[in-house]
Amino acid sequence: MYELKFDENLCKTCPTGDCLVKCQYLDVEKKTAVEEMVKIGQGEDSFVLQDCVTCYACEEYCKRGNHPFYLITERREEKGILTSPRAITKQWINIGEPQGKYRLGDVKERVLSFGFMPEFLQWVKGKLFEDVMPSYIFGQEFFCNVVYIHFANTSIIKERLPKVVDNFRKLGVKEVIFVHDECYGAFAHLAPAYGIEVPFKSVHYFEYLYNRLKELKDFIKPLNIRAAYQRPCSSRLSSDQHHFVADIMELIGVDLIERKYQGENALCCGGIYAMAFGYDLAHDVQKRNIDDMVEHGAQYCIFNCPACQSSIGAEVAKRGIKPIHLIHLCKMAIGEM
Amino acid sequence: MDDIAHSLAMIVGEAYFSNQPEEAYFYARDPGLMPPHKPDYVVVPKSVEEIQEIARLASREKIPLVPMGAGLALTGLTIPLKGGIVMDMKRMNRILKVNEKARHVIVEGGTSQGLLKAYLEKNYPRLRHSMPDSPATATIAANVMIHGQGRLTQQYGFNSDMISGLEVVLASGEVCKIGSCSMSPDWFSKGAPMPDLTGLFLGWFGATGIITKVAVKLYPKKKMRDVEIFITDREDLVPDMVYELTHTEMVEDINIFAQPKPMIFKDNHHIAIFITGDTDEELEFKRKMTWYSLDRFIKSKDGGFMGVPPVMKPTLLEMPQRSVSRFADVKKGGGFEYSGPIIMVEKYPECAHKIVELAEKYDLGYSGMARIIGRSHAMMYGFAFTFNRADPDMMDRTRKALHEVSEFALEAGGVFWKATVDEQKMAMEKMDPNTLGIMKMIKENLDPNGIMNPGNWEVI
Amino acid sequence: MKYADIVHRCFRCGYCKFTSDYTDFNCPTYRKFRFETYSPGGRMWLIRAWLNGEIKNSDRFQEILFSCATCANCVEHCVFTFSEDLVNIFISAREEMVNDGIIPPPVRDYLKNININGNPYKEPASERGKWAEGTLVETYKDQEYLFYIGCVGSYDERGKKIARAVGNLLVKAGLSIGILGDKENCDGNEVRTLGEAGLFQFLAEKNIALFRDLGVKKIITLDPHAFNTFKKDYPALDGEFEVYHYTQILAPLIQSGKIPLKGLNDKITYHDPCYLGRHNGEYNAPRKILKAIPGIELVEMDRSRENAFCCGGGGGNFFTDILGGGEDSPSRIRVREALDTGAGIIAVACPQCAKMLDDAVKIEQLDDRLKVMDVAEIVTNCLL
Ligand SMILES: Cc1cc2nc3c(=O)[nH]c(=O)nc-3n(C[C@H](O)[C@H](O)[C@H](O)COP(=O)(O)OP(=O)(O)OC[C@H]3O[C@@H](n4cnc5c(N)ncnc54)[C@H](O)[C@@H]3O)c2cc1C
Ligand code: SF4
Ligand code: SF4
Ligand code: SF4
Repeated sequence: MYELKFDENLCKTCPTGDCLVKCQYLDVEKKTAVEEMVKIGQGEDSFVLQDCVTCYACEEYCKRGNHPFYLITERREEKGILTSPRAITKQWINIGEPQGKYRLGDVKERVLSFGFMPEFLQWVKGKLFEDVMPSYIFGQEFFCNVVYIHFANTSIIKERLPKVVDNFRKLGVKEVIFVHDECYGAFAHLAPAYGIEVPFKSVHYFEYLYNRLKELKDFIKPLNIRAAYQRPCSSRLSSDQHHFVADIMELIGVDLIERKYQGENALCCGGIYAMAFGYDLAHDVQKRNIDDMVEHGAQYCIFNCPACQSSIGAEVAKRGIKPIHLIHLCKMAIGEM
Repeated sequence: MDDIAHSLAMIVGEAYFSNQPEEAYFYARDPGLMPPHKPDYVVVPKSVEEIQEIARLASREKIPLVPMGAGLALTGLTIPLKGGIVMDMKRMNRILKVNEKARHVIVEGGTSQGLLKAYLEKNYPRLRHSMPDSPATATIAANVMIHGQGRLTQQYGFNSDMISGLEVVLASGEVCKIGSCSMSPDWFSKGAPMPDLTGLFLGWFGATGIITKVAVKLYPKKKMRDVEIFITDREDLVPDMVYELTHTEMVEDINIFAQPKPMIFKDNHHIAIFITGDTDEELEFKRKMTWYSLDRFIKSKDGGFMGVPPVMKPTLLEMPQRSVSRFADVKKGGGFEYSGPIIMVEKYPECAHKIVELAEKYDLGYSGMARIIGRSHAMMYGFAFTFNRADPDMMDRTRKALHEVSEFALEAGGVFWKATVDEQKMAMEKMDPNTLGIMKMIKENLDPNGIMNPGNWEVI
Repeated sequence: MKYADIVHRCFRCGYCKFTSDYTDFNCPTYRKFRFETYSPGGRMWLIRAWLNGEIKNSDRFQEILFSCATCANCVEHCVFTFSEDLVNIFISAREEMVNDGIIPPPVRDYLKNININGNPYKEPASERGKWAEGTLVETYKDQEYLFYIGCVGSYDERGKKIARAVGNLLVKAGLSIGILGDKENCDGNEVRTLGEAGLFQFLAEKNIALFRDLGVKKIITLDPHAFNTFKKDYPALDGEFEVYHYTQILAPLIQSGKIPLKGLNDKITYHDPCYLGRHNGEYNAPRKILKAIPGIELVEMDRSRENAFCCGGGGGNFFTDILGGGEDSPSRIRVREALDTGAGIIAVACPQCAKMLDDAVKIEQLDDRLKVMDVAEIVTNCLL
C-alpha cells in the first residue's frame, strides 16, 4: 500500500510555520502552526482538521518539502472528518469511474493528455499543438483523480492512480504533456509524495506552450491587453511551473496586471467551496477575487483550469472582463482566433 | 358503410372520418402497457357543433364515445375499452382569446401545450402557463382533465387548479358553460363564489363530458430562469429539505429525481430547484435564499449543491423537457410508463426504496421522479420504468412492477393519478361508500346511457 | 425489411410533428390529414404492425406511406437517437411494397414512365435540351462544370423558365458549363424515394458511367433533388463528383459583385426546399444571394430554415399528387403563411417548389398579391 511521506521532525524544527501562518482561511501564528502540524502528524485532533477549506495552498507554502495538505487529508479520512457532503463526494467518485469510454488518438512516445476533460480535444487544434497531435489520450482511464483530496479521500486516489499510471505504461509513452494543470500536479508532485512510480516524463502544458511559442515567434502579434490570471488550486502542487504564466504573457504581449490576489496570495475560484461549504464562503471568495480584477483594470481573465472557468467565467464576464483560457489566448496571439 | 359510419362521415366530413383498419389499429392503443382494444370509428371534428352532433348520435345509438388528446397519459385512458368512437380532439386547436391584464387565455379542447407556449412567446412575452413535461403535442384540456401538474405547480397547485372556466359538451349533446362564463362574458373564475361545478368533469377522464373550451390562467413570465440541483444520499431527509425550500416561497418548481444512470446520477437524490427573476439581482437573491434554506444540511454534510455542468442546464431548463421522453429509449426499445401516485411528501423515502426494490426484483431500468405540488402539500412520485417494446417478457415484468406500485401507493395512503382501469377499481373499493355514492349519482345523471369513455369510473 | 430492428423504438411522442418551437404542426401529411396514422410516429407504428402481419397493405396504407413528402421534418425533430433514419425507414417500407407490386396507381405510372421514357412526362429524350434553345448554354464537351437539369427543369413549362434563368446567369458570370441535352437522364432521386431501389440503381449507374465517359468532375444542379442524390447516394455507387446546387455557385459571384445588379424594391420571403435545407443543410446560399440585391427586404416566415414547412412536393408527391388537394394541402398552407409576412414574392430555389407554390397561389386566388419566383429569376430581373 502506498503511504504518504511526511516527516514530523521537519515541522518540529520549522522556523516559520509557513503552512498555516500563510493560510488564507485560518488565523494562526507561528507557534500554533508548528504545534498543530506536529499534533496532526502524530494523529491527534486539531481544529485545522475541521476548519481547513482544502485550498491546497499549504503544499506550496511549506518550503521544507513536507506535505501539510496531504497530511491533513490523510488524517481527516482516518478520522472520518468530512469536508464535503457525502453526496457530492459520491457523485465525483462516480463520475471518475472508468467506463471503457476512453479515446486514444494516434498515440506516440510523446503524447498529450486531456485527463478527463473532453473540451481539450477541440481546443488543441491548430499550429500550437500540431507538433504532437494527433497523439492524445482522454478518458477516465487517464484521469489523475487528484481532485479527491478536496473530499478528504486519498484512498480512492491510492486505489486508482496506480492503475492510471499503469494505463499510461501500457501505451509505452515516454513523455506526457498534461493539458490539465491538476494532472501534471498528480504525476509530478502527488505521486512521488506517495511513492507511486511514474514511468514517463511529465511536462506541464505551460512549458510546452512556452517553447512552442518561441518557435512560432514569427506568427505572434502582441496582444497588447491587460489581463488578470486566475490561479487554480492545483497550481499549488506545481509552483515551479507558475513562472511560465508570466513568461508566456511576455512572449505574446500581455500585460499581466499586478493585483492583490496573485502568486502565493491567489484566491480559489470557489467552485469546490460552493459544493462543500455552501453559499457564503464561495461567494465571498469569488467577490473579493473578481473585485480585485476589476479594481486593477483587467480586460481579460486568463484561466488555466477549465473548471475555474466554468465556475466564475460567467460572473467575470458580467463584470466586463473577458474570460479566456490560456490556450485560447495563445491561439489569439498567433492569429488563430 | 353502415348507417352510423355514414352519419359520422356526414358530420365531420369524409376526410376526417375513418373506419379503416389502419386507424383502428393505431387508436386501439397508447404508448403504455395497457392491452389494446379497437375503436369502430375514429373522427377528427373541427367544431363544437360537430361534437354536439356526434354526442347526440352516440347517445341515440348507444355507442361509446372516447375523447382523445394526444393519448399520452400512458395509462390506457384513451383506449376505447368497449369500442365505439374515438374522437381525436387535436383539430380543434385554436387559441381563442387572451385577456392580458386578467391573465387568462381561452383555448379550444384540442389545443396542445406546445402551440400555446409558442403563441404566448410570440405575442405575450410577459405571460406563461404551467407547462407539464409531457411531449408538446399533449393537449391542455386533457391535462386539466387528468389533474396534471406543470412548472408552476409548486406555486399554484395542480394544473386543474389553474383554470378559470370550461365549456363542456354533455352526453346529451348540450353545451354547458362552467364558471363565471356561465353568466358573464368574462372567463375569470371556474366557480367561486358560486357552486364550483368543474368537479363534475375534472378527473373523470371524459366519462361525464367533453371539454370543448378551457380558460387557462396565465402567470407572470420573468425574463430569466435558472436551475440549481441539491443532492443528498439521505432520502429520509428529502421531505425536510423540501419543507425548507418551499418555506422560501421563492422557487418556481421543485423536481426530485433519482436514477442509476448515467454515472453522475448514481447513488444520490437530486432536488432540481428552478428559480426566476427579472433582473440579475432578483435571481441572485432568490438563489441565495434557496441556498441558505438548505444550509444546515450542507453543514451536517447530508447534502450539497452540485455544480450543474453547463451542458446540462439547457436540458433542464427547456419546456417541456425533451429528455423526459428520451427515457423511453434507454433500452433501445421506445417504451416507458410510470405510475405517478399523488402522495404526501413525507412518503418520499418509502417511494424511493420501493422503486429500487421493484427495479431489482423485475430487472428493469428505472427513474424515480417527483414533482412537488403546492408548498409541500403533496407530491407526484413517478415510478418510471423503461421497457423494450420488442421484448414481451420485459413488458410483462414492467406491468407487474407497476401493479405492485399501485398496491404500494394505496397502502402508503396515496391516491392514484391518471388511474388505469384497474387502479380505478382499486380506488373505488377503498373509497368511502358515501363518496362513491355521490360519484354514482353524478355519473348516472350526466351519462345515463353509459356511453362516455365507458369502462372508466364505472361505479357499480 | 431494412431497419426492421428499429421500428418498435418509436414512442409516438409526436415531437416529430412539430417545429422546434412548436409554432405549428410541421409534418405536412399530419398537418393535412389529421389522423395520427399520417404522422411520422403513426407510420412507424403501422409499419411495425404491417411487418408483424397485424394489418395488410391496403389502399389506405399505401396512401399513408406514399403521401410522406420525405421532407425530413421528423428527422430534424424526433428526440430519439434513431431520428436520422426515419425517412430511410419510410422509404424501406415503400421498397417492400414496390417489391410486392402493391402500390398506388400514380406511383406505378411514374415508375413505368421513367422506365420506358427516362422521364415522367412521356416525352422523348430529344426534347430534353429544348429549353436551352435561344440561350448561350452549350452542350457539355469538356467544360469545367456539368450543368445538370433534371426532369422538371427539362420538361415542365415552369421548370424550363427556371432552367433558362439559371443557365443564362451561369454563362453570364463567365462560368464554363455545359449541359447533356438529349443525353441527360433522370437522376433517380424520386425513383429512390418512391421505393424502386432497382430502377434507382440502374439510373444512377448509367449516369455515373456517362459522367465518367465525358470526364465530368464537377456538377452544378438546377434541382435540389438531383443535388441530394448526387451528393448522398452516388458516392456509394462509386460516383464521386464535386456537386453544387446552383445557389452555392451564384452566392459568392453575386456577393463579390462579379454579376453586377441593380436594385429592386421588393419585400421577399424565402421558402427553403427540403432537399436543399434539411437534407443538405444549405440554408444560407440562397439567402446570401437575395440579401446581396440592393433594396430587397428579406422577411422570414414563422417556419423557416430547419423548421421550414414543406411545399408538399417531395418524395414523389410532385408527380403522384397523393398529398395534394384541399384547403389544407401543404402548398396552400405555405402560401398563406408567406402572405402573412407581407411579402409580395415567395423566393424558391427548386423547380418543384416553384410549380407547387405557383399552383397554390392560383387556387388561393392570391395572384395579384403574391408571386412565386426562383432566386435565379429574381436575380435575372436585376441584371444591369
Ligand atoms: C414523457 C412524458 C412526460 C410527462 N410529463 C407530465 C408532466 O410533467 N405533468 C403531467 O401532468 N403529465 C405528464 N405526462 C402525462 C400526460 O402526457 C399529460 O398529462 C398530458 O397532458 C396528457 O394529455 P393528452 O392530450 O395526451 O391526454 P390523453 O391521454 O389524450 O387524454 C387523457 C384523458 O383525458 C380525456 N380527454 C382528452 N381530451 C379530452 C377532452 N377534450 N374532454 C374530455 N376528456 C378528454 C381522455 O379521454 C383521457 O381519459 C407525461 C407523459 C409523458 C409521456
Ligand atoms: S489547504 Fe488551504 S485552507 Fe487548508 S490548511 Fe492548507 S492553506 Fe489552509
Ligand atoms: S418518430 Fe420520434 S418524435 Fe416521432 S413519435 Fe416516434 S419517437 Fe416520437
Ligand atoms: S418526412 Fe416529412 S412528411 Fe414524411 S413523415 Fe417525416 S415529417 Fe412527415
